[in-house]
Amino acid sequence: MSTTTTTTPVTKSPGDTPRTAPARPAPSAEGRIGLRANLRHIGALARRNALQIKQDPESMFDAVLMPIIFILLFVYVFGGAISGKGNNDVYVNYVTPGLMAMMGMNIAMAVGVGINDDFKKGVMDRFRTMPIARSSVLIAKIVVEVGRMLIATAILLGMGFLLGLEIHTSVLHLFAAIGLSMVFGASLMWIFILLGLTLKTAQAVQGMAMLVLMPLQFGSSIFAPTTSMPGWLETFTDYNPLSNLADAARNLINGGPVAHSVWMTLGWALVITIVTAPLAVTKFRKKT
Amino acid sequence: MTRSHTNAIEVRGLVKHFGATKALDGVDLDVREGTVLGVLGPNGAGKTTLVRCLSTLLVPDAGTATVAGYDVVKHPRQLRRTIGLTGQYASVDEKLSGWENLYMIGRLLDLSRQDARRRSDDMLERFSLTDAAKRPAMTYSGGMRRRLDLAASMIGQPSVLYLDEPTTGLDPRTRNEVWDEVQRMVSEGVTVLLTTQYMEEAEQLASELTVVDKGKVIAKGGVDELKAKVGGRTLKIRPVDPDQLSAMAAALRETGLDGVAGSTVVPDEGALYVPILTDQQLTAVVALLGARGFGIAHIGTHLPSLDEVFLAITGQKTDVSDAISEEVAA
Repeated sequence: MSTTTTTTPVTKSPGDTPRTAPARPAPSAEGRIGLRANLRHIGALARRNALQIKQDPESMFDAVLMPIIFILLFVYVFGGAISGKGNNDVYVNYVTPGLMAMMGMNIAMAVGVGINDDFKKGVMDRFRTMPIARSSVLIAKIVVEVGRMLIATAILLGMGFLLGLEIHTSVLHLFAAIGLSMVFGASLMWIFILLGLTLKTAQAVQGMAMLVLMPLQFGSSIFAPTTSMPGWLETFTDYNPLSNLADAARNLINGGPVAHSVWMTLGWALVITIVTAPLAVTKFRKKT
Repeated sequence: MTRSHTNAIEVRGLVKHFGATKALDGVDLDVREGTVLGVLGPNGAGKTTLVRCLSTLLVPDAGTATVAGYDVVKHPRQLRRTIGLTGQYASVDEKLSGWENLYMIGRLLDLSRQDARRRSDDMLERFSLTDAAKRPAMTYSGGMRRRLDLAASMIGQPSVLYLDEPTTGLDPRTRNEVWDEVQRMVSEGVTVLLTTQYMEEAEQLASELTVVDKGKVIAKGGVDELKAKVGGRTLKIRPVDPDQLSAMAAALRETGLDGVAGSTVVPDEGALYVPILTDQQLTAVVALLGARGFGIAHIGTHLPSLDEVFLAITGQKTDVSDAISEEVAA
């Protein structure tokens, strides 16, 4: 038996259906996927994720309703207690930037559950037998989820303005705050994608996520200033990325020192992405 | 060994473990370009593991496999450009419409927007799904889903197609539709590796068969070779008058037709079993009995079931009267 299996082109009988043979760019010798092809793949897969939302509009409930419910609850339940009765509008300026940090976290959690669910379906097998970079499936998911985060943030800010939120700096600063929370939110998604690929059920992902999220959310400056917390907790909040992000967004909107919190947030985002993204892609590649 | 054709798939000593279980335990097989190889075996024989190794979803523990000249481990990226896979479960996105699924796959295969659009339309038409093009795939029937799955596998014009139990769970009519489509793909020159649990399906579609059990190849050869070994169809005849059984058998033997020497009388069932090798022989047997004036109460043909195939291969003699477990209307 000759081991050189040359691939002769398959001959087709002329009488067959007209097989339109669309020109496909020839793959390079190593079969590597170029940047443009990669972006096209991510685009096609992101379109899939967006179409899924269109088909199942209820999946947008969290992004639409969560910001409305949270901001109303916090402003009217805690606002008076923290900033003094009748000073709810002061608290709006405090809590809205904090909730921006929280939106990212909650949406990122949903990504983990979604990925876990997606994997129970055969379509992932198809993606993994196609000549595309396997990371593109995950990146497309993140692109769409960042879009969802943007919608949630817009609704949150809209509600904030209705309740008396004022921008004390500039629109540019506001955009910087939004951008920062998107960058950090995207990095969190890698963690949850990794969890979603590792844990067996969607419920396990949800449970695990809550376990990690609760201390990070409440042991932070999101809802209340940290100065009244015991020393050890205050130290924890100083390095809690959610606190860093909340402080950064708050000072970008209300004015104040931003250097420390912004750099801390970006640092966290970078470290989280560098550590978890390759792990998630490897996990995705090896998943059977 | 010289062959007139190139092999599209070559597998040598393929091994895959899952913990202590050896899903594949040294599998060798060849599929010549443009032919259909049927991989026949019961549940858990390793069929799906084989397909998953050959489609780069699993990395084998030992052995080699090349598809269209590309090694599954060394050149997975190039290999993925040449294959299509239709699994046991439809691998389409249920929330997307048929058209959206195909368009997405076209774009992932680097077709231009225009080409992807045109090819999606073409494929929907070819697989008779044009009317359902805009509906979400979750509203499709089992057969439509399987057809969409085949269409999705064909968008990229693969030279090698894996069909992993393509008709499991389908009703007979839908199953025939899928068979027709597969035959059409083969006529266009696609090489197919088909896994199945049904002898009938293998007989319909494949030119060569490999029988696997517990991760090992236990028999291989042409469909006809294997049928000769296992026994092909069997004709069951029940005369109106059971007393005529012996006379019928004798009348058949007298004619010296192919295969009739192997006829068996089963008095308990009041039936005569005649091995059938060709359709002409079937016609001849029925015509002869009619001409001799025998009254026939029941007539039917049976294909050997997977169990019988296994019994025959593993060397144990099968008793015809016990062996017929599945009736397939002729």
